[in-house]
Amino acid sequence: MTDQTLKQLSALLAEGRASSVELTRDYLDRIQALNPTLNAFVTVDPDSSLAEAAAADARRASGQAGPLTGVPIAHKDIFCAEGWLTTCGSKMLSNFVSPYDAHVIEQFKAAGMPSLGKTNMDEFAMGSSNETSHFGPVKNPWDTARVPGGSSGGSATCVAARLAPAATGTDTGGSIRQPAALCGITCLKPTYGVVSRYGMIAFASSLDQGGPMALSAEDCALLLNVMAGFDGRDSTSLERAKEDYTRDLAKPLAGLRIGLPREFFAAGMSADTARAVEEAIAQYRRLGAETVEVGLPNSRLSVAAYYVLAPAEASSNLSRFDGVRYGYRAAEYKDLTDMYERTRAEGFGAEVKRRIMIGTYVLSHGYYDAYYIQAQRLRRLIADDFAQAFQACDVILGPTAPTTAFKLGEKSDDPVQMYLSDIYTIAVNLAGLPGMSLPCGFDSQGLPIGLQLIGNYFAEAKMLNVAHQYQLATDWHARAPQGI
Amino acid sequence: MQWETVIGLEVHTQLTTQSKIFSGASIAFGAEPNTQACQVDIALPGVLPVLNKGAVERAIRFGLAIGAKLNRTNVFARKNYFYPDLPKGYQISQYELPIVEGGALTIQVGDEEKTIRITRAHLEEDAGKSLHEDFHGMTGIDLNRAGTPLLEIVSEPDMRSAKEAVAYAKALHTLVTWIGICDGNMQEGSFRVDANVSVRPRGQAEFGTRREIKNLNSFRFLEQAIDYEVRWQIEQIEDGHKIRQATVLFNPDTGETRAMRSKEDAHDYRYFPDPDLLPVKLDEGWIEQVKTSLPELPEQKQARYRDQLGLSAYDANTLTSSRTMAEYFEATVGSLSPGPSPGGGGEQAKLAANWIMGDLSAALNKAELDVAASRISAEQLAGLLARIQDGTLSGKLAKQVFEAMWSEGGEADAIIETKGLKQVSDAGEIERLIDAVMAANAKSVEEFRSGKEKAFNALVGQVMKASKGKANPAQVNELLRGKLG
Repeated sequence: MTDQTLKQLSALLAEGRASSVELTRDYLDRIQALNPTLNAFVTVDPDSSLAEAAAADARRASGQAGPLTGVPIAHKDIFCAEGWLTTCGSKMLSNFVSPYDAHVIEQFKAAGMPSLGKTNMDEFAMGSSNETSHFGPVKNPWDTARVPGGSSGGSATCVAARLAPAATGTDTGGSIRQPAALCGITCLKPTYGVVSRYGMIAFASSLDQGGPMALSAEDCALLLNVMAGFDGRDSTSLERAKEDYTRDLAKPLAGLRIGLPREFFAAGMSADTARAVEEAIAQYRRLGAETVEVGLPNSRLSVAAYYVLAPAEASSNLSRFDGVRYGYRAAEYKDLTDMYERTRAEGFGAEVKRRIMIGTYVLSHGYYDAYYIQAQRLRRLIADDFAQAFQACDVILGPTAPTTAFKLGEKSDDPVQMYLSDIYTIAVNLAGLPGMSLPCGFDSQGLPIGLQLIGNYFAEAKMLNVAHQYQLATDWHARAPQGI
Repeated sequence: MQWETVIGLEVHTQLTTQSKIFSGASIAFGAEPNTQACQVDIALPGVLPVLNKGAVERAIRFGLAIGAKLNRTNVFARKNYFYPDLPKGYQISQYELPIVEGGALTIQVGDEEKTIRITRAHLEEDAGKSLHEDFHGMTGIDLNRAGTPLLEIVSEPDMRSAKEAVAYAKALHTLVTWIGICDGNMQEGSFRVDANVSVRPRGQAEFGTRREIKNLNSFRFLEQAIDYEVRWQIEQIEDGHKIRQATVLFNPDTGETRAMRSKEDAHDYRYFPDPDLLPVKLDEGWIEQVKTSLPELPEQKQARYRDQLGLSAYDANTLTSSRTMAEYFEATVGSLSPGPSPGGGGEQAKLAANWIMGDLSAALNKAELDVAASRISAEQLAGLLARIQDGTLSGKLAKQVFEAMWSEGGEADAIIETKGLKQVSDAGEIERLIDAVMAANAKSVEEFRSGKEKAFNALVGQVMKASKGKANPAQVNELLRGKLG
């Protein structure tokens, strides 16, 4: 049963051919068997998961089931979940049991979807390989010597390896899309403000956005129906009418205008990735779409702007981890300052410290205008580029990541090379646009390649339609890693 | 050398909202530590701030009341620093774009009026409290106050003496309580003053180097602290030292100020716009609505009391020292029926003013009560004043009635009735009393007739005594003189 999509699992449950408890147990068994190899989960609590599954079955028996009631899901360990250890991949929160639920967790509970556990991630979502986690790296199920991408690496791996039929992720500069690409699954990062950030531990507040990770675009649509929605506790949550993100899935693509940003196809992409993306374009043409070249001239500056803005916000967001009220506190210290210094020196890993230092620097007196203000200007220019491009097209298409999954340790000593893994995804966060990644082939080593779709603001339903039609015509998304 | 003092004040006023500025927790004073700190206030991972509209509304009220510019778009920023009672590691405040800019307040110092310009007023959250005394070798943290809404009101350096600073602080205190944005309770920290003080040779254009006295929570301390600081700075300079910019604390026990930290170890707060909060947009309709809900302001009332009621500037100022005082005064005057005299409202206003500023204020002070909690209501006081106006009570009897009303409660008429305090104005009755007194005090009568004026007063005293104080004194005088020839 663990090879099925949400859509299929939902049907099994609806037809009474399986119970949520059975389904949940199957996934828990698989987690127990494979997690020691993959390290996709930080916390698993079978009793709690099965209790939620039993409650879902009871709900179904009473006729109260929604479309996904009883289908289990895994949550990135960045979402606070009441009674669950919520570590954010950090030693700093290695002992933090959340006393409350994030909005996203509430929504999935309300939908009756049992939690399979909390997935591993780069520490505080800072990383593109899942190697910065305090709980050790996650392995890519297609090749366990390789990284799954990051920061939502645990979520991507657990879905790809069928340890969960779906997972939540968060994306600040590509943290949903890049690991989804590297693990061969489908995902969506919504328009900024569509999914509430309440209870989602902040990395860079103006960029962070939660989203679904699953085996198909259709599943992502079902999940987004649960996740999206206004939440008064998040001032950046958008007050919009509830949408049914599945509504346009079946629409044909004839007349669709696909924008191809010339900057994305210029250089830097591996040959295999370039070939796979070209084939996807050809497939779209066969589906009736036309392509237009668009320009995103400022997108080359996005990595630079991002590595000013995201660390600036992070340096402030992470100040609350001071050892005073919760989380890790150094065992020995002389005085208050010493307690702060030791707690933060011991509690944070190297990448987090690097970004706190960068962020502190760019916000400092005398540097603020040169870095922070300048980066905000770039951000505006980057958003303007997209606005311009969307005059000529309905969706933008390109690669998700420049390469397929790289080897563990390959880039961990070279932060700049690591940062460039997100070169195609970061601009989307800076502009606040929705983005998707979907499998579009494999490289010569059998590693999955991701195709990125970028939509205009609130064009999620359109993007899911565009992705779904492609998935009806291809089967890349249905391929599962073998031999783990 | 002649020195001139230059003072600017930063006042933190706690706003009268029910809940905190960015969370739903209560801001009521005096709860058990950490019982009014919700997950947002203690800055759990993942929590987010949501702006309390009531705090913005109060800032708008203030801006309108001082004739300031309201920034239609204003922005919350993060002020970053580490301290255990600052749970997020940053304070949410307003930096580059505050909600209120400009405006002014008129103060009265002696006979002079002076305008103090206001630079800006911005919204921010309060920090928690560190309790150093209660735990041996440790510091307790109480986060009940964390997130309490504050409006920080920053003046221009327009004050030239401690007296002016106090007058400004008092006028500001009156205004913020008047318009209902702050309860003004200084003991509970609802109104805290920081004073920036410098001195310069008289006639010099540039300001001297300033030191900031933090957290003064009474007008008396404000005055003492500035006076001490000014003397200290002048002495330093005259001894050949330079003043170094610093933050200082006032010790009420010693009456001295002492440096807490110098500018060199000042924080770099790394302000930047808070990405969790959108810029605040003020809607014109909302501003209009707030404007119409504003009460008549102290300065407007003072002008009306002077121009229409004929009160002195001093009386007008005193009666508008708080909104409750002004309301009490107006209710008293309103309850008095217009007198028959041509003076009309003015005479009654003066009578009410005298009683309110005199006996009533004395009684309130003694009982440490605000006029709003007065044991004699405005209507009851008017009832008493009406009996003075119609001649039922002499001034002296009125005081007795007032005291009875204050200590025992009840209406003036009832007290007059039960205690028999009605003034005797019946000429026949008074003449009978005079005849009896003259008969019994032949010596005094003799003395008066031989030219001793003093003997007259003794006789009046005897008549009043015989009437148990109730005889109309004017009538006694007149009738007695007539009888003595």
